[in-house]
Parts: sequence; C-alpha cells; structure tokens
Amino acid sequence: MLRSKSLSSRMADIVLITILALVALTCILPLWYTLSLSLSSKTAAAAGAVALWPVDFNFDSYKQLLQDSQFFKSFWISIQRVVLGAGLNFIIVPLMAYPLSKTVKDFKGRNVLMWTLIFTMLFNGGLIPLYLTIKGYGLMNSIWALVLVGGAQTIVFNIILTINFFRNLPKSLEEAALVDGAGPWYILFKLYIPLSIPVLATVSLFSIVYHWNEFLYGLIFMTREEFYPLQTYIQQLVVSVDPSTMTEDQYKRMSELSNRTLDAAKIFIAMIPVLLVYPFLQKYFIHGITLGSVKE
Amino acid sequence: MKTKGFAKHYYLMLVPGFVWLILFSIVPMFGIVIAFQSYNPGQGVFGSEFVGLETFKYMFTLNDTMNVFYNTIFIAIMKIIGNLIVPLVFALMLNELRYIGLKRSIQTIVYLPHFLSWVILGGVLLDIFAYQGPINQLLGMFGMEPVLFFGRADLFPFLVVGSDIWKEFGFNTIIYLAALTGINPALYEAAGIDGANRLKMLWHVTLPGIRTTAVLLAVLSLGNVLNAGFDQIFNLYNPLVYSTGDIIDTWVYRAGLLNLQYELATAVGLLKSVVGFILISLSYYLAYKFTNYRIF
Repeated sequence: MLRSKSLSSRMADIVLITILALVALTCILPLWYTLSLSLSSKTAAAAGAVALWPVDFNFDSYKQLLQDSQFFKSFWISIQRVVLGAGLNFIIVPLMAYPLSKTVKDFKGRNVLMWTLIFTMLFNGGLIPLYLTIKGYGLMNSIWALVLVGGAQTIVFNIILTINFFRNLPKSLEEAALVDGAGPWYILFKLYIPLSIPVLATVSLFSIVYHWNEFLYGLIFMTREEFYPLQTYIQQLVVSVDPSTMTEDQYKRMSELSNRTLDAAKIFIAMIPVLLVYPFLQKYFIHGITLGSVKE
Repeated sequence: MKTKGFAKHYYLMLVPGFVWLILFSIVPMFGIVIAFQSYNPGQGVFGSEFVGLETFKYMFTLNDTMNVFYNTIFIAIMKIIGNLIVPLVFALMLNELRYIGLKRSIQTIVYLPHFLSWVILGGVLLDIFAYQGPINQLLGMFGMEPVLFFGRADLFPFLVVGSDIWKEFGFNTIIYLAALTGINPALYEAAGIDGANRLKMLWHVTLPGIRTTAVLLAVLSLGNVLNAGFDQIFNLYNPLVYSTGDIIDTWVYRAGLLNLQYELATAVGLLKSVVGFILISLSYYLAYKFTNYRIF
C-alpha cells in the first residue's frame, strides 16, 4: 500500500474511529439499557431513575418471570416453529434450487416454473384472503399455520440465492460426475450440497431468524393466548397499545401502569437466541449473500 | 452427456416445494375475488353476491384511505432515501479503516439490530423514548421539557424512518462493502503515485468503483414505494399518531381483522399488491437495462 502515513492522515484515522465507534455504540446501548432496566427495582424504573446502570440491582423481575408459565409455553412454541420451519427450508431449498439452476437446454420446463416461483414472491392476495384460506384449511391454532404460511413467503428468496450460488460452482465438477455415471440425486446430495455450506448456512440463518421473529401470523391464526409463539406473546402483553387510548394522558399513564422491569426482562430473554446465533454464522452469511446476489 | 431422462427426476425434486407454494401462496390469491363481492362469511367466496367495482369506488371516497396511501408513500420514500445513503457513507468510512480486527468488531455490532424483531425493538424504543425514559432525562439535563415522543403525530413518521435506518444500516453495508473489495488495488496505487491523497482517492477511485452497485440498489428499491414497514409501525403506533403514522398494511389489518370489513380490506390490500407488483417488475426491468442485473 502506498497510502501516506502523514500526520493529517493519522488525525483522519482518529476522527474516523471515533465516529464509527459512536455509531456502533448506538446499536448496543438501547439493548444494554433494556438489560439495566430488567435488573433494577420497580420503583427506580417507574421514577425514570435508570440510565446506563441498574438502580437497586436485583433479580426480582427474572424470578417473577420464572412464575409466568405462559412465557415458557410460548418460548417452547417458538423453538418448535424454528426447528420445523428452518428444517423444512433446509430440505426444500436445495431440492428446488438444483433443477432450477439448470439451463432451459438441460431442463425444458425450467423457465415457466421459475417465473411461477418469482410470481409467488412478488404478488400476494393480501392479508384477508390469506386469513380466510388458512381458516378454510382448518389450520387455525395449529403450529403448521405458522410454519407453512411464513415459510412459503420467504422460501423463494432463499431458493434464488441458492440457485445463483449453484450456478457459480464450476461446471467441470458436474461433468466429471456425469462421466462417472452419477445421477441427479447423487450429484445434488454428494456434490452440490456439501459444496454449498455458505449459502445453505445463510438461508438457514434467514429462516431461523424469520421464524423466531415473526409475530403477525401468531396473532391472526392463533385464537387463544396459550398457542402464541413468543414474539406474539410479547407483542400482545408488552408492546401493543390499547386501541382505545385516545388522549396523551392515557398514553402517558399506560407506561406508568405497566411493569417495566418485568417487561424488559421478557424482551431481553427473547433477544438471547438471536444474539447467540448470528455472530457465529457471520462469515457464512456475508459470503452467502455476496456470492448469491452480486454477479459479475 | 448422459443427462437424458434427468428431467423426470428434476420434476420429482420440485414437487414438494410446488405443492407447498400452491397451497399457501397461490390458492390464497384467489381470495381477491372478495374485493369484487358483497362478502358473506356464511356463504363463502362461492356463494357471495358479485358487486363489481363498488368497493373500489367506495374506497376512493373515504378520507381515511387517501390519508393512509399518503402516509405510506411518504414514510416509504424517506426510508428508501435514508437506507441508500446512510449505509453507503458508513461503508465508505469502514473501508477507510485499516485495522482489520476493529473493522470486523464494528461490523458484528452494527449487524445486530437487523436480526432483532420489531416486537423486541419496538419494546426497547418505546422504553428509551418513554416520557420518563433516558432520552428525556438527557434532554432534561439541558433544561428541556420532556417530550411524549411516540404520542406526537408530527414526530412519528421521522421516528419511524430514523429507527428503521438505525436497524438496517449495518446489514445494508454488506453489499457496498463487497463492491468496495472488488475495486482493483492497483488503481489506488496508481492514484498514490500520481500524488492523490485519501480524499482524492475516494472521489476518483472508490466512488466510481461502486457506482454500478449504488445505481442498482437505488433502482431495486423502487419496488418498496408502498412498503412502509408493517411490523415496525404496528409495534410503535397508537391512536394518537394514526393521522400521520397509519399505513396501508396497518389499516388493512384493523379494517379487516378487527372491524371485519372484509371486502374493503381486501380491496385496499389488492390495490397495494397490484401496484407493488408493477413497481417491482419495473424495477427489475430497469435494473436489467441499466446494469445488466438479473435476479436469477
């Protein structure tokens, strides 16, 4: 590198690092504040005394949370949903991406099927038709409504990423396998899938995060609280505002009435699975996204 | 090559995925006929009376819906602009950073909010911007009166746009950073020999090097003009800010699922889907024309 190391350049470095660090800090502080709040006393939280550090440090809200059986039921529903949803995603994505990564020359029906797929991604009938369809299928209050509806809306994007990744794999590999008499199933499972860990890890991460975070389908397809996944539970019991709140005073009083330390504890616990998953998959998803979406 | 007879295996691989998409993406699309009916839940889609465009005519006479369209476009366009520029600036700054370890740590931190749901972040933001929250404490230190941030209709759209940019800027830098690493280092060396300083290199080498990516992202974001972000607004809004914060998706949810105006909610949702579909198709076409980009 021939970049100069002059004094002004070093000054620029310091300014740069300061700005970048401050911006990065804004991504952490709000979450840190939530943790502090959850470890403070109720009175301190209600008085707005908590800033960066917990006031009257205690674990009361976490002890109280342990008594809340619905929280854990919902947590378990979310875990099941993630396992089923991401598992299904992991199986279906390569199965669809492999044939669709072929050219029309190798697979005649390819383009029609591809456009159908794209169409399902770009167009939808809206919330009401979806709601009535699922009701018609008799899937209300079933976890499969959450797994299958959400999955169908996110899988096409994942398939496209994977198709683009497959197309970037060297052609000679498949040709060599064909010469050895390998069939399509062998090529997919023994050749393509093992070589596609970055993109499959990426789409799995997307699927896990999607199913963990999604709350709306829990709200509309589950008619009883006991079936709510975790985000829906938190949405309904912590975040959502009573639609009859019509004045500023009512809105102000609402946050005073709520149990902010317990709510903060619930929010913090719900963050943990995501905090645990994404840093470890970072090298994969950066690789997977850039290889799958940017083409030379 | 021995690929004869592979096609039937390709179709076999596609069957499970297509069955899934047909049942959960394509079948619900037919529900849009409700928008042209006087829908009677007892008689269903097949038994209800056909009324043509009545619901659409009615829709355009409602002040409510006009306001909702306006809010949606206003918020969405501000988000598009912010989400193009802020990540670009941040990526350029990160790119200037020569300490790889520090660079990677900052990246890991700024990706974090992208992976958290709006339920969680909604809860966190409502706490931080609460009447007695830390932001108001900070303002208090400068002798300012506390502000009821999320109860103020004039501030709401800007809080929404700002918090969306905050959530996504880190993740959105990924594509820019990939484009930046694609710039030939020899160009920097040549510029250095010619006596260019860092600012000159930025202007003459870096910016031209990522112009195509920036144009591509701008064109593709055209498809988001009607997506103001349901999850976010649903978790942040309240009746006090409906006048500026209610968007198509939140309105459809309330009209359809809370007030049971199925036809009206379906009609508004359908209008959004159709316009959105046209915009996305147009953006793909333009992206193909200007940058030769194809999604698959």
